[in-house]
Amino acid sequence: MNNAIMIKGGRIIDPSQKMDHIGDIFIEDGKIVSSVKGVSIEINAHGMIVTPGLIDLHTHLREPGFEYKENVDTGVAAAIAGGFTTICCMPNTNPVNDNASVTELILERAKKAGKANILPVGAITRGLKGEELSEIGELISAGCVAISDDGMPVMNSLIMRRALEYAKIFGIPVIDHCEDLNLTDGGVMFEGAVSTALGLKGIPAASESVMVARDIALAALTGGWIHLAHISTAASVHLIREAKARGILVTAETCPHYFTLTDEAVNGYNTNAKMKPPLPEMSDLMEIRAGLADGTIDAIATDHAPHAAWEKEQEMDRAPFGIIGLETALPLSLRLVDEGVLSLPALIQKFTQGPAQILRKEIGRLCVGDRADITIIDPNLEWTVTGEDFKSKSKNSPFIGWKMKGKATTGIVSGKVIENT
Amino acid sequence: MIFSRKDLLALSDLQKEEIELILSTAISFKEVLGRDIKKVPTLRGKTVVNLFFEPSTRTRTSFELAAKRLSADCINISSSSSSLTKGESLLDTAKNIEAMQADIIILRHSSSGTPALLARHLKSSIINAGDGTHEHPSQGLLDLFTIQEKKGTIAGLKVVIVGDILHSRVARSDIYGLKKMGAEIEIVGPPAMIPATSSQWKVTTSYNLDKSVVGADVIILLRLQLERQGKGFFPTLREYARLYGLNASRLAKANSGVLVMHPGPINRGVEIASDVADGISSVILDQVTNSVAVRMAILYLLSGHTNE
Repeated sequence: MNNAIMIKGGRIIDPSQKMDHIGDIFIEDGKIVSSVKGVSIEINAHGMIVTPGLIDLHTHLREPGFEYKENVDTGVAAAIAGGFTTICCMPNTNPVNDNASVTELILERAKKAGKANILPVGAITRGLKGEELSEIGELISAGCVAISDDGMPVMNSLIMRRALEYAKIFGIPVIDHCEDLNLTDGGVMFEGAVSTALGLKGIPAASESVMVARDIALAALTGGWIHLAHISTAASVHLIREAKARGILVTAETCPHYFTLTDEAVNGYNTNAKMKPPLPEMSDLMEIRAGLADGTIDAIATDHAPHAAWEKEQEMDRAPFGIIGLETALPLSLRLVDEGVLSLPALIQKFTQGPAQILRKEIGRLCVGDRADITIIDPNLEWTVTGEDFKSKSKNSPFIGWKMKGKATTGIVSGKVIENT
Repeated sequence: MIFSRKDLLALSDLQKEEIELILSTAISFKEVLGRDIKKVPTLRGKTVVNLFFEPSTRTRTSFELAAKRLSADCINISSSSSSLTKGESLLDTAKNIEAMQADIIILRHSSSGTPALLARHLKSSIINAGDGTHEHPSQGLLDLFTIQEKKGTIAGLKVVIVGDILHSRVARSDIYGLKKMGAEIEIVGPPAMIPATSSQWKVTTSYNLDKSVVGADVIILLRLQLERQGKGFFPTLREYARLYGLNASRLAKANSGVLVMHPGPINRGVEIASDVADGISSVILDQVTNSVAVRMAILYLLSGHTNE
């Protein structure tokens, strides 16, 4: 009795190998193999796209501390439902993931939950306070793959300099949430025509781009690796493009909402369109798309940020920032293919090879001998987003009611097949 | 015409015809307020709740009087006496008030959009009595009423709005209402208090009050919130008054018969010189008198009555 699996007749796309052809994939003992003797499970993938398991660089699992929003179990279920087999969870939990015991707790919970792989991101500074560095070496040896104070920027430029220098020991990127809190000054949405009409306090585009410029300058100064999270504005894309041309070690991600929605989505005081950075204007959206197309932006991440319904059903000023994204990211991104922004392999690259390079791991590819993490996508499946169908514990999505095309139908994690029904 | 709205949230929502209906209805109620017995039985048995999460004397009193003149039962809840201090959410507080069968809830809140939030979740009619820096529609309507009463018409007038446009809910409601009624609007104030995107309102903008007042038919001064001092919007109150305070010599450059308006409470010597506030051009107290008639019209129309 072997555990041989055959995925038959799918369109196999693996950007890391420039692979795009119809064919079969074989799995044995949790690994990808070139052939098997006898097949115990055959998955018919005719008309389907077979890709390396998708990777999300930016997820908030909320455990420990905020389990009423999400926990590891529901978070990984949402990941698999969205086609992600690997997710990186941000450290802004309670307690903060700034020490090995929290990292170990998360990894323990992840092991129990099974399903998706979880790669924790540790805190740059103790308690996300931006004051003194965490014991980054301990975090890395406990299993963290990067460091970030996500949710909070590191406002003190000297601390950021030191973090970039120290991270060089481990070869890890420092992930920054780019926001100048002085410019944000309590703003709740993008500063522009819509904020003026709604009378809501605006966050200027410069709140993000001045920090992007600072981080690039510090990466140039230190030779450290800066990874810029959830980039949203045209000005930031311009800065990153120019920095890459100069050979500075900078990588960047954006999120599906920044190439799908604009600040118009906030009209009617829609708290499910409230997130940080805020949804900017159409000119920003177009530049984000251009940045994805020309490689300025390396990866698409979800910034999956669950919040309970009662938290979002509050005054615009009080409702928390953030939206869930694991279960809508793939179909929203597939629209970029339909609209001619990216080819299908180029899009898959932003979810596989792109993030894998930032994580410096041999994942996000389909080489013989690799752990079998695979996503099977039905590109033509049409469905409507409903709150009830979300596997996530929270339903704070601006995309409820949207008609989608394309869905991950099967996730395979270390050779274990999980069907999405 | 039937006023078919459940709520009054913003003048940006209203059609010109709806504004005209409210203004013409207010004329009848102003007549009632001139009688010896200033009360009509129109809203007998209806419950009106003033739910105020910000301090207010003028607006709350005016709505309360309006409700009482219409014979409604009127209850006042202010933030200090509400359960919000006990950690209850705004929506829960409002649902409890609705459960006591409030027909109309009049909401004043420091967060923009809260009336829209209540309107989405409640069956009671919601009147926005000022939400954050968004709108103050009843103030806008009483300003329109006062201008129309004094000038006969609004169309074609040059209206200058002076001060902190960015943070002013009165300015927004005035702009939306006045534009719909055909006025020409110029907004003037220090650059940090003029939204960069104000061109969306089809108004002209200026940083120079001396130039703006030339040819003005109406000058609306906004209350300068004193706590803005020290936040970098302008250096000092003294300098603000020098550049943007309306004094007699500036007023002299306006058209004859100019109206000087202010939503109150006024800062004498800051946005308005004391003699101008008390001068013949000032209609500031007429605005207050008219506010009751206009708010009676709003309560009446939202209760499902038509203007017959």
